[in-house]
Parts: sequence; C-alpha cells; structure tokens
Amino acid sequence: MNGNETMSNHAADVAGEREQVGHLKSYPRFLMRALSIATDGSWMFYVWMISLTGITLVGANAWAVQVRDGMGVTGMSDHVSWGLYIANFTFLVGVAAGAVMMVIPAYLYRDKAMHDVVIVGELLAVAAIVMCLLFVTVDLGRPDRFWHLIPGLGRFNWPMSMLTWDVIVLNGYLLINLHIVGYLLYMRYLGRTPNPRWYVPFVFLSIVWAVSIHTVTAFLYCGLGGRPFWNTALLAPRFLASAFVAGPAFIIITLQLIKRYSGFHVGDKPIQTLVNIARVAICASLVMLTSEIFTEFYTGGAHTASAQYLYFGLHGNTGLVGWIWVSIILTVVATVLFLRPRIIQHRVTMNLACVLAFVGLWIEKGMGLIVPGFIPSTLHEIVEYLPSMVEWKVTAGIWALGLMIYTVALKIGIAIFSGRSLERG
Amino acid sequence: MSSEKSIRLPVIGEVSRRTVMKTLGATLGVAAFAKAMAPIAEWAGSETSMDDFLQKHYKELTAEDKSLLMTRLADDTREKYGREVTIKDHKPLANTKFGYALNLSICIGCRKCSEACHIENNHDRVTKNSYIRVLEMSKGSMDMEKGRVDYVHAVPKKDKFYMPVQCQQCEHPPCVDVCPVEATWKQEDGVVVVDYNWCIGCRYCEAACPYHARRFNWKKPEVPKDEINPNQGLLSNRIRPQGVVEKCTFCLHRTREGRMPACLEACPTGARVFGNLLDPESEIRYVIDNKRVFVLKEELGTKPQFFYFFDE
Repeated sequence: MNGNETMSNHAADVAGEREQVGHLKSYPRFLMRALSIATDGSWMFYVWMISLTGITLVGANAWAVQVRDGMGVTGMSDHVSWGLYIANFTFLVGVAAGAVMMVIPAYLYRDKAMHDVVIVGELLAVAAIVMCLLFVTVDLGRPDRFWHLIPGLGRFNWPMSMLTWDVIVLNGYLLINLHIVGYLLYMRYLGRTPNPRWYVPFVFLSIVWAVSIHTVTAFLYCGLGGRPFWNTALLAPRFLASAFVAGPAFIIITLQLIKRYSGFHVGDKPIQTLVNIARVAICASLVMLTSEIFTEFYTGGAHTASAQYLYFGLHGNTGLVGWIWVSIILTVVATVLFLRPRIIQHRVTMNLACVLAFVGLWIEKGMGLIVPGFIPSTLHEIVEYLPSMVEWKVTAGIWALGLMIYTVALKIGIAIFSGRSLERG
Repeated sequence: MSSEKSIRLPVIGEVSRRTVMKTLGATLGVAAFAKAMAPIAEWAGSETSMDDFLQKHYKELTAEDKSLLMTRLADDTREKYGREVTIKDHKPLANTKFGYALNLSICIGCRKCSEACHIENNHDRVTKNSYIRVLEMSKGSMDMEKGRVDYVHAVPKKDKFYMPVQCQQCEHPPCVDVCPVEATWKQEDGVVVVDYNWCIGCRYCEAACPYHARRFNWKKPEVPKDEINPNQGLLSNRIRPQGVVEKCTFCLHRTREGRMPACLEACPTGARVFGNLLDPESEIRYVIDNKRVFVLKEELGTKPQFFYFFDE
C-alpha cells in the first residue's frame, strides 16, 4: 500500500474543497484518486494482480465456451441440475452476511477498536456479493436474457418466487454497503467528518439485511417439498451459524495480512472479538449439524436416502463421501482449535483454525448441501455429479476476480482512511 | 522509492515510466479479455439475434407479434435443420380441463410411450430425451426407491409392475411458483407450459418439481431433418433453443385439435386414458368415478391431474 508514493498535487485542491467546492468537481477527482491508488503498488502487488487477472481470463474464456457450446460442458445433468456454481454462490452469501459480525460490535456495542477497521468487513461484503451475482449469472442457461429479471423491464415473479426475493436482497445488500463505504471514503477524502444522518441508518439497515440475505438464500432450498434433504426448518439457522464462522475467519486472516503489508494499524482487540464470535458460532453450527444428522438417521426411511448417500454412500455410489468426511474432520478440528484458551496469542493455531473452518464449511455448505439434494433424484434414480474442468475454471475465475475487487477496494479504503491520500502536496 | 523515472514519447511528450507500463498493461488486459470472450461473439452471431434478444413474453404478444415470431422460428428451423415446418399457437379449449389416467395393471413397461414422445416432440437424438420415464417396480411395494428405470430385459417380468411417470400437470405446480420470470404457467385447460423464448435457464423449476418432469437443453438439440415432426406448437413440440427448460404439454398441439397424446396412441395395451375432466360422459371421468385411483406424492399437496389405478 503505497498511497503516498505517487501522491500528486491533489492535496492542495482537497484543502480547497473543504470550503464547499461543488461535488460535481470533487467527486470525479475522488474517483480518479481512487483509480490511481488502485493501480499503483509494489512489485508484489503487481504480481498478485497479474496472476489474478490471468486466472480471471481463463475463467472468462471457459464461461464463454460454456455459453457457446451449452451447459452440457459442465458435469450437471437433469438429475443434478445445480452443482459447483450454486454451491459457491450459497457459501459466498454466507461470507457476505458474516461480514456483519464486524458491523454489530462496531455500531451496536460501540467497540472503538472494531469501528476503526469495520470497513474491512463492509468491503468484504461488497466483494462477496459481486461474486455471488457472478456465480448465479454463470449458472444461467441464457445469460443474454438476464434482463427478464429486472423489475419493470422483464416479468418479475414476486412475491411467489424465492429467487426474486434473493435478487432483491442481494442487490439491496450490495447497494447499501456500496453507499456506506462510498460515502465514508468520500468524506474522508474531502477531510470532512461524515454526517451520521447519511450513513448510520444504513448501517443499521445493513445489519438486518445481512440476516435477510442468508435467510432468503436458505428459503430457496428449504421451501421445496420435493427435496426432503433441504426441506428442513433448520436450514436457515444453520446457514447463519456457519456464515458467522466463515465470514469472521476470512476477516481474521485479512486483518493480519493488512497489518503486515500496509502498515495500517490493526490492534489485537478486533481480532479477539472476531475469534470470540467464530468460536461460539462454530459450536452452534456443529450442534445443529448433529441435530440434523440424528433426525435423518434415527428416523430412517426413504427421506434418509440423500443423507445416506452423502455420509456413507448409497447402493455403491460414494461420490460425496470423501468430501463430507474431509469437511467434518476440518470443522471438528477447527472447533477444538478455536476453543484453545488465549488463542489470539497463538497465531499459528488461530490461523490454522480459520483456514480449516473456512474450507470445511465451503465443502459442507457447497457440495455437501446442494448436490445431495439431487441424489437420489425425485424418482429415486441415482446419478452422480462431478464438476467438469470448465466449471472449475469458471469457479476459479470468479474467486480470482472477487479477490481482485477486494484487494483494490482495501487498498483504496486503507489509503484514504489512514489519511495517506492527503499527506503530500 | 523514487518512482518518477520518465520517458520521452513521440507526440505525447514526457510521461512517467509507470504510466507507460500501466497503459500498456491495461491495453494488453483489454485485448486478452476480448480474446477470452470471443466464443460468445461466435455464438451470438450464429445462434441468436437482436429480435431474439428483444423478444417479449408470450402473454404480451399481439396476434401479429405471434405470427411474426412463428414465421421467424419456422425460418430458423429451415435454415438450421433444413426442414419446412408449420408452427401454430394452439389456444386452450373452452370448458376443458385435461386429465390423464394410467392403468398400472396392464402397463407392461415396453416404453413405447416414451419412444413416441421422443419422436412426436422433436427431442434431442443424442441424449435420447423423452418426457416419460418408466419405472420397474417390485410387486408389494409402492416405494420408488425400489424402482428402476434402467432395466434391459424382456417385459413384462414376473413379480414386477411398471409405472410410467411424466408431467403431472399439477393444480398447484411448484415449478410455476418458483420461476423468477414467469416463463412457465398453467393454462386454463390445465396444461403447464414454458415460453422457450423467455426462460432464462436457471433451472429452479427442475429443482422444485417432485416428479422429475422437466428437462433442460444442455446443448442445442440435434434432430435429423427427416425425423423432424413438422406439425409443431409454439408452446409445445417446436424445436427448443439451447439453454432453456422444457416439459410434457400433454401434446397440446394434438389434444387441442381433438386428437390423443402421442404416448396414448403408442400404448399397445390401452393402459392410458386421456380426456376432459369436465365432461361427465368422458372415459377419464368414468375411470376417476369408478376406479380406486391415486396420485403420486399426494402428501406434497401438488394435486396432480395425472392419476394411476389398478384394474382388479
């Protein structure tokens, strides 16, 4: 983060702008400044961004091939009609919602230390939602018809279709967070104190909204009577609990990286708070998982078939067994590690716990939740699913693009927040 | 770091080396992106058009719009499949509610219905698609878990019975509820249809259907010119585009012209009964009034209009 290096002579202008120069002039200048910060950095920054660009391009090409040749190039079928894309979508909605675990302490509990770094969470929400929207888009058979989903332009089946609710809450969450961070950064850039009237109500709205995005996403699945594996009231609470692990876990790692590479002050206190949240949430998540597994297997009968397939295999088909046991082991180990007293002093343990939990939940909520909903099919046929190379490429591409967005957003955010964009001149 | 090393360029003059590198990088990036996305341009050029992109929803079309659309679709079929076809927009019949019943006592599991559907509805030949799946069930159990669709032996087999399953044309169709863009709906005579020019291909309906009745066009359907059924319905058996969902329509292009569905005509044992539920004299009403009929997955509350019964 070298915001001051290439600082041009804007600072003098900025000082002038404090005296009421029109936003028409200062806002484009703010955007130019942001662009300049976003494209300037160390060698490592360039290597990182160029690598991500490369992966994104590979993904973009794979998607273009998929549009041209049809979704037959994926591993999906009429039996397993959603796969890796929707799995990643579901997980990332959780990551976006999990970011709210910084907002709540910062604004509801007036945690000063958290307040100083809360933008890291808000920007993560933005990047994760962009990834979610991309994952849904690449799953469409006719992306050229996306405009049918735009209220007013197309035909929006609201309120019946839960997917229309998801369109509303996801885009709404994106806009709310963009407004909050955009407003705060712009005010900081101008050197003004942000007016609470213009952002605090939105912050509180974003808290409720964060819960709604993951609840609605769970309702997509749990409202389907024909899919007993998903048709459980526990799905939304489970989604939320695991979201409040995955989001904080990602942020804990990010905060340390920021501290190392930008010199931005990140105290231990926000990390401690996030660890406290994650360790409670991961226990809650495990309790609910246990409850789900008990209900499935103790009751038995035909409704257990999907769970049977997932955990132990069904009639010799064991495609997901490896995945889910890896997930269970990772999650359980992460839980034990998170419970270590004074974990924050043991960085290796803490970071390991974060990584294991993140990967474990990515499997559980992705492949472990979406795919078994389709196996066996509604006529009880067993057709297995394995993502194709095209799906892996597209998925990697979207993750790379998301990381690029997050990197750039953090770079701009930190440069402006630490006041370094104003230092020289 | 003093990064302001500069270069002199013709025309532009003095610029920082970093700016030059950035501009170069951005240009390369844009070029690479254009190259990566080239397959989409290929597809858009040959498989879709501006008319297709701007096509309105079926329900918003005037009679004139519809005839333009049907002409365009017929032209497309001529151009891409080399076959002259007639596409009509079959409206639901007045005072009609279609119902279907299937006699499990006499179905022998020959899959003639499934094959007839394949031909009638211009299904993709590569995937051998059909709207009907026939389950071979063990006597003594109605549990589909114990059924199989992939049997390969002479039928009927002792101790087995056979249960063909297709779209149940539910009274409360979950597939219609979940569609985010109203691309699928239930018409007055009970048939659930799909607007192939409006579907975005999200496949939520496929996830919602409890009867595995829906199919997605994973690739552009392949049908040899001579095998194409030229009598086509706009909302039924006309050749579907890539990337959209399709389903059984009770052969509305036949049944709304007073004929029987192709699957019924193909059945060698007469196990299938089709007709107007609102007509008290119809055979379907006789079956429902006099046989002990049942529907699949009644507990889900979907209220299928497809009934099963045993004869004895």
